[in-house]
Order: sequence, then C-alpha cells, then structure tokens
Amino acid sequence: MASQPQDWSATLKESAITAAIAAALMFPMIGLYTSTRAGGLAIETRWIELAIGVLLIFLGRIALIRLRDGERLVPFVGGVFAVGLGLQLPLPNGLLTVCCIAGGAVVVLRSVVLWVGGKLKATNDARNSPPLAARAQLFLKQYGPWLGAAVIAFAIAFPWLPFADRRLIDLATLVLIYVMLGWGLNIVVGLAGLLDLGYVAFYAIGAYSFALLSSNYDMSFWACLPVAAMLAAFLGILLGFPVLRLRGDYLAIVTLGFGEMIRIILINWVDFTKGPDGISGIPKPTLFGLSFSRRPPEGTESFHQFFDIPYASVDRIIFLFYVALGLALLTNAFILRIRKLPIGRAWEALREDEIACRSLGLNPTNIKLSAFALGAMFGGLAGAVFAARQSFISPESFTFIESAIILAVVVLGGMGSQIGVAIAAILLIGLPEWFRELQDYRMLAFGALMVAIMVWRPKGILSFREPTLRLHEEDRGAKQ
Amino acid sequence: MEYFLQQLINGVTLGAIYGLIAIGYTMVYGIIGMINFAHGEIFMIGAFISLISFLILGPSGGAMVPIALLVVLLIAMSLTAVYGWALERIAYRPLRGSPRLAALISAIGMSIILQNYVQLSQGARVKTLQPVIEGGFQLMKAGNFTVVLSYMQIIIVVVTVSLMAVFWTVITKTALGRAQRACEQDRTMAALLGIDVDRTISITFILGAALAAVAGMMVTLYYGVIDFYVGFLAGIKAFTADVLGGIGSIPGAMLGGLLIGLIEAFWSGYFSIEYKDVAAFSILVLVLVFRPSGLLGRPEVEKV
Repeated sequence: MASQPQDWSATLKESAITAAIAAALMFPMIGLYTSTRAGGLAIETRWIELAIGVLLIFLGRIALIRLRDGERLVPFVGGVFAVGLGLQLPLPNGLLTVCCIAGGAVVVLRSVVLWVGGKLKATNDARNSPPLAARAQLFLKQYGPWLGAAVIAFAIAFPWLPFADRRLIDLATLVLIYVMLGWGLNIVVGLAGLLDLGYVAFYAIGAYSFALLSSNYDMSFWACLPVAAMLAAFLGILLGFPVLRLRGDYLAIVTLGFGEMIRIILINWVDFTKGPDGISGIPKPTLFGLSFSRRPPEGTESFHQFFDIPYASVDRIIFLFYVALGLALLTNAFILRIRKLPIGRAWEALREDEIACRSLGLNPTNIKLSAFALGAMFGGLAGAVFAARQSFISPESFTFIESAIILAVVVLGGMGSQIGVAIAAILLIGLPEWFRELQDYRMLAFGALMVAIMVWRPKGILSFREPTLRLHEEDRGAKQ
Repeated sequence: MEYFLQQLINGVTLGAIYGLIAIGYTMVYGIIGMINFAHGEIFMIGAFISLISFLILGPSGGAMVPIALLVVLLIAMSLTAVYGWALERIAYRPLRGSPRLAALISAIGMSIILQNYVQLSQGARVKTLQPVIEGGFQLMKAGNFTVVLSYMQIIIVVVTVSLMAVFWTVITKTALGRAQRACEQDRTMAALLGIDVDRTISITFILGAALAAVAGMMVTLYYGVIDFYVGFLAGIKAFTADVLGGIGSIPGAMLGGLLIGLIEAFWSGYFSIEYKDVAAFSILVLVLVFRPSGLLGRPEVEKV
C-alpha cells in the first residue's frame, strides 16, 4: 500500500496481457455475429465493438492495478469519466454501454471503499477495536430483537408510506414470497446442512395444488393453503425417503433431477395440469369471505361494500401484501421457535457431525426427513401465495434457475441468519426487478451480482453459521 | 431387432457426447471438490465457436471439408479453453478455501452470466446449420425400416474414443497427469513437493473446456441446431452421468455418459420421448439407492 509504484511498464504489460485474453474471449462472440438470412446463417463482423470492448478491459485493468497499488484519485476520476461516457456516448452495442457504466461504477466504488476503508483502519488501529464485520455482528447480537421489531414495523407500515405505489407493493409481495422460500430452504441447507438444488419442486407443488383445487373444486385460498403446504411436505417425505442416505453432491444432483422431473411432468401431463399453457384465472384470497373485486358475484359482499368505502383496486394488492407478510412472519416465528426445540438442535448437530450424532442415538434419517418435510412445507405455502399473486401459473415459472435463485438468497444471506436471508432477498429480487428497463441485462446483472458477492464475502452478507449452543461459553473468545 | 440396433447406434453416439462433457465435470470435481456448474455453458460456447468458425471456413467446401473440420475443431478447442481458464481465474480461484456452497453459488452465477452473454451477443434465436456430412451405411433392411449408421455418427464415436485414449494417456503416463492426481489426493502436500497447484488446476479447467468444445462441435454438426440454452440440459445430463458413474472417477464418467445416452435413446425409442429425462433421473436415483457412491466411485471413508 505504502509503496510508490511508478512502474508503468509492468502495469502496461499486465494490462496488455489481460486485454489480449479478453480479445481472445470476445473475438468469436462479440467480434463475429451469426445472422439468420434467407438460405441459412451468415457471418457479420463487428470489429468496432470488439475494439471498444478490448479497450475498455485494458483501461479497466490499469485502473484496478493502480487501485491495488493504493492509488485512489486517478482511478476514481477515470471511473466517473467511464460512467459519464457510458451514459452520454451512444456506443454501438447496448452490451458495451452497460459494461462501460458497470465497470466504471465498480472502479469508483472500489476507490471509495479503499479510501473509507483506509480511514477506518487508521481509526481502528488507534482505538484497537475489532474489525468492522465483527462489530456489525456484535451490534446485531445486541440489538437484534429491536432491529427485528423495527423491520417488522416498517413492513407493516410499508403500504401506507408516501412512496409506495402499486408496483412497489406488488414487488414487495414478491420479495416476501422469496423471503419465505429462503427461510424454508434455510431449514434444509442452512440448519440441516443438506444441499437441495430442487427446492422449486415444492414451490411448484404448492402453486399447482392451489391452482388446481380452486379451478376444479372451487376451493378458496384459505382452504387450499394448508392442503398445499401438506401436499408439499408429503412430497418432501416421499422424495427424501430414498435419497437421504446420499451425501453432499449426490444428494444435490438427485434433488436437482427431482425438480426437473416435476417440471417435465407438469409440462407433459396435459389432461391434469393443462401442460405448457398453464392455469389462468386463479382467484385472489378473500378476507373472511369478503372479496376485493369491484362487483362481487351474487350473494356475496366485497370489501369496499362491507366497510362502505369507495372501491380502490390497490386494496387487493395491499391485502395480498399483508397475507404474504403474515405468512412470512409466521414462518419466521416457527423457525425461531423450532431451532430451540430438540429437533432444531438435532439439525444443527447433524450438520456439524453426523457420526457423533449417530453415536449419541439420534436417528439421522428421521431428522433429515423432518428438515426436508418442513422446508418443503414452507415452499408449498410460498407457492400458494405466488399463484394467488400471479393469478396465472405455468411450468415456465418453476425452472431450475428459480431453485438457484432461492439457494443464492440463502447462501448470500449467510446460511442460518434470518435477517440475512431477508436482506439477500431484497437485494437479489428487489433490485433487479427495480431495473426492469434494463430487461435484457437483468439476468446478466443478476449473475454478476451472485459472483461478485461470493467473491467479496464468501460466507454471505451476514454470516452466522455457528452452533446456537456451545458447551463452554468462554471457548468463543479463545477461538476468535 | 433392427429397431433395437438403430437405437443402440443412436444411444452410443449420444453417450459419447455426454461422456466428453462429463469428463470435464469429473476432473474438476476430483481436483477441487466443487461442482463446476458453468461447465454446461462452456460446452454451449464451444458449440457456438465451432458454428461460427465453420461458417467462416465451410464455404471453401468440396474436398476441403475434412481439413476444414479439423481446423474448426482446433479453433473451437483452443478458444473454448481460454473461456475455461478465464472462468476458473475469475470466479473460482478467489473462492478456493471458502465454504463449498460459496463456490457453487459463484458457479451458478457464472453459468447465468455466460448464458446471457451469448444470448445478448449472438441473439436468442435458434441457429440452424445445414448438414455438413450427409449419408451413411445402410446396415440392415427389414420391411420399411432401414438401420442407418451415418458417417457423422462414426466420426463422433471415433473422435470421442481417440480423444479419450489420448486423455487417458495424459492422465496416467505424463508428469502433468501425475501432478493432477497428486493434487486430487492432497493439495497441500502436492504443493510442498513442488507442484504448482494453481497451474495444475488451470490446466485441468483448460483440458475440460477443450473436451467440452469437442462435444459442442459434435452436437452442432450432428443436430445442426443450437441456441444459447443448450448448455443447461446437456450440463445436467453430463453431471448425472458423472454421479451415475461415481463422481471423481474418469472411467466412471465415460461409463456414466454411455449409460445415460443409451437410456435416453431406448426410452425415447420404445416408450415416450417426452419423459426421457424423467427416465434418466429415475434410473440415477435407483442406482444411487443401491450404490450410494455411483457405479465406479470409491465409497467415501469417514474419519472421526
């Protein structure tokens, strides 16, 4: 850090190597384009795009090297310049524009972090206090309950805040669904330590059981909810039974296969599930029989008629938000309680050491099965809420990528931490949805975010993966 | 009988392709113990690179086709290898030594990035290539049904088998292979004995990517249809093949690939084509119930 590297030739050499590799990477994909013409495919060239791309990588690499050497001002200015350039100059390709802006932003961010971090470090050394992350954890431990209450209060007040419009509340409902899914999967992955890559299967089962029961038997949302949860849990047991002897990655691939199987069955069993067309017209939940439509069917009353208030279509969305919030809070309370019960302790013990558990007389299969079933149950609940929110579902919504997103929510949140999962869900679901204008680049940004957070904080945003109980409390100080 | 023979031929061809992809997975798993989820995407990139380079070289046509194909193969292998190397360097190396799930999430993220990168740069449309090598031997004839062994199928199987033989020699006979096997057993010890672990891991990724590129080229020429999404299913199938054969074992990957290919071909030939993936996964579950570490895998030894 303190060294004054003015060795520009080394920097340039390193950057040139990076740029050469980038050129090799981008040449076939960016430099050449296969366009479909009459009579087959043809190749078009895009040399300008390629050149700009390579140049951007070259400059970015220089900036990063300078940052590594402890220089802040020049990369900062360069990054700001790149962002401005990306915003102003019409580059020939949208991808390049996005990369230019994002790259510039990263450089700016890193120089700011370096600057702030350097300052913090200086004050920390002076006071001899623990590093930032540890302090954040300590803070959470001390004020956790208060923080939780504040978050819940904010969530309850959320639809009435001035900036909350229709779209935002709807988005918040989606985030809550993912929070629920994340907490459910957290039981399996975070607490019991079983890697499940097919969680979306239970989500799909929940959604489809609500959709099918309501469209075939006219059952209401509230009657379907427990059925959906139970069906999902039952399926969890059914799947778990044969495969829970498997370890680690074998389990992962079997669960992944299971998720794909459910999707393929949903697509192909057309008589039952209506196949790829999906099911539409799924009813919205009611409040004790009061529907939220403008003109309720004969003999029933709707919410605005009963309370004698003017009809507002946003009411329905707000109500759904509260339903999701209520279920999410229920999930949270359930998990927090069950972690303190013997079964919850047994999950964590099993995660830490299976052999020790077996020698202490715990039955690993039953314990794993219960984790699997409970995780599946919450997946089913979330699925029912999802179906109610969309009022249309199709197998398209339950692809592997969905499982990956839920798993990412859990892992990024720092497995085992409830609030971490919630933060990760907001970050991963809320942010990309917010940037809907960027449509095509949304998934690209999503993937980049996943990689970046993992490289930056491999243990998750808030990592709490430590046993809830310790035999000797004083051990903790010694170990850290 | 004739029908059976035809499905057998198709199954072996498919199995050869799966096997090539599966080796990349299993090598990476053996050496750093992670599921390289983006490997299917590397295969897809290999398919695209070979499509593009074939479109450039193809029109020279005529008697030059075999040479053109060879050049395409080399280009695809080398450029895809760069992708494999960069993948490891960017997304996995910083995560070495961190929890395994972190590396898995990073791999899934990388797979999403690569998929969308190709979709954005090459378009979401399906790319169709005119068949390059047509014709084949007619082996048998029974009524209306003719058993055909196409030239393309012969090429696929021959190329696969010879590449696997070369690869096997590299692993078992050369210094590089020894270094790889040493890293597989104990990375720290290998480093202490003077093996450059980083370099060995990089080379593993490069080799895996090159083999995936071959598979990508085969698929491009055999089916003639690719899009940015082909990597996902092929990757999952190849990984299933690995687990079936016992993950971490290279002969297991070849065997598993062959089995998955055969299962798929026979299931779609005799039962229903829609449920062929369900069949493959079900057989995987069945095998794992009775042999929890795959067909050729070593059972994991638990040490307390």
